[in-house]
Amino acid sequence: MTRFSSKRGAVIFTPLLAMGVLAIPLASADIGSRLWATGGVTTIEGSAGGGLVPWALLGSYASDEEWGGTVAISRAEVDDYTLAVIGASLNWNNRVEVTFARQTLDLSSLKQDELNQDIFGVKVRLMGDALYSPWGQWSAGVQHKRQQDFTVPEAIGARDNGGTDVYFAGSKLFFAAMFGRNLLVNATVRGTRANQGGLLGFGGDLNNNYEFMAEAGAGVFINRQWLLGAEYRQKPDNLGLAPEDDWWDLFIAWVPDRRLAVTAAFVNLGDVATLKDQQGVYLSLQGSF
Amino acid sequence: MRLGIMTTHFAALVVLASLVLTGCQSFHREPDNSLYLQLGERAGIADVVEDLLYLIVDDTRISHQFKGINVAQFHRHLTDQLCELSGGPCEYAGREMRESHAAMGITNTQFNALVENLILAMEENDVPTAAQNRLIKKLLPMYPDIRHL
Ligand code: HEM
Repeated sequence: MTRFSSKRGAVIFTPLLAMGVLAIPLASADIGSRLWATGGVTTIEGSAGGGLVPWALLGSYASDEEWGGTVAISRAEVDDYTLAVIGASLNWNNRVEVTFARQTLDLSSLKQDELNQDIFGVKVRLMGDALYSPWGQWSAGVQHKRQQDFTVPEAIGARDNGGTDVYFAGSKLFFAAMFGRNLLVNATVRGTRANQGGLLGFGGDLNNNYEFMAEAGAGVFINRQWLLGAEYRQKPDNLGLAPEDDWWDLFIAWVPDRRLAVTAAFVNLGDVATLKDQQGVYLSLQGSF
Repeated sequence: MRLGIMTTHFAALVVLASLVLTGCQSFHREPDNSLYLQLGERAGIADVVEDLLYLIVDDTRISHQFKGINVAQFHRHLTDQLCELSGGPCEYAGREMRESHAAMGITNTQFNALVENLILAMEENDVPTAAQNRLIKKLLPMYPDIRHL
């Protein structure tokens, strides 16, 4: 957490703190009505989902007559890198989710400074309800990404410092599906040109077009406070100098209360920016209001 | 010779299959009442519904919908309905869900609130998680009727 005390950390945190202060009057009002832990958590790109994959669920607990929001801080520590993320979201009527995330990838093991990326997201629930509709819940979203430090990505062949991912996701909670436990299943298709999610820019020498990527996640609710699951995210491979692998993770989320969610995961990011086989731990804290 | 082995195998298979099938049949002849037992039979369900009523009264998201209802009848009808759904020896004598929830304009928020209170009421009565989930699963088909979708 030392990084957050840096100057940049302060710059990042001031708006979050301001949001936190604004959130107090909201927080003292009733929190949203959706059932415990059915808002997912905050992904590394800010959208509601698991850790790596956006799900069709919208963030916070807002139901169809309510507003809600979340703030989150997350950190992935893999062999040679550290990714720190702060994110915030608003949800209107469980219909539209608006998100912001800032990612900071520490490159000190490459003798470079850090890479920063801002991600603005919108997700719309198109139809259904993950709990009550037999056919589940279907949402579509965009993630507009702005890479802020383009020197390294450009040097290894990235074409653009900005890009927009589009995705379509379906989520369904199956009640009493395994040993009487509830099972949450998600599938997502993403159109993207992003290298390592955009941290290494967009497009490259091997491919410069949008490609469709498959992503999925599933989790079992041990009870209404504990969710155990896994995710998989297929990735493009646009850069000849920095081959890219698919991502996966195994996660456990603890939701003691609607206001708080703690997620811990084992993540495998594969090869990242020439460094091999990046594995490690992921930790995320989310507050809802 | 070869045919002989095959017929023996076939015969064994038929015997095995019929054993399995009749086994399943006799197993299914009795309705599965394990959920009913896990809920504590009719008395346990009645306790859950009573606690649910207290929670509803205190819940400003939905309490207004229940103003002026016949509480004793609601309690009896919901208890019988959950008893019957869970495989118990009860008969629900109330109205169809679409009819009894007409003109209420029940929202997703209100439906969530009621399910939340039902879960809390089951927790207060120490109903195991698996039984809670199994009961809610049985209620899901009513969602479109209750919300008039
Ligand atoms: C899974 C959800 C639900 C189930 C299983 C359920 C079940 C029932 C049953 C069995 C009755 C008795 C009907 C009769 O006496 O003929 C009833 C009545 C009633 N329900 Fe529901 N209900 C559900 C959801 C809701 C929700 C979400 C609300 C409103 C927030 C609601 C409000 C009422 C009211 C006000 C009555 C009394 C109607 C009257 O007596 O005129 N119900 N419900």
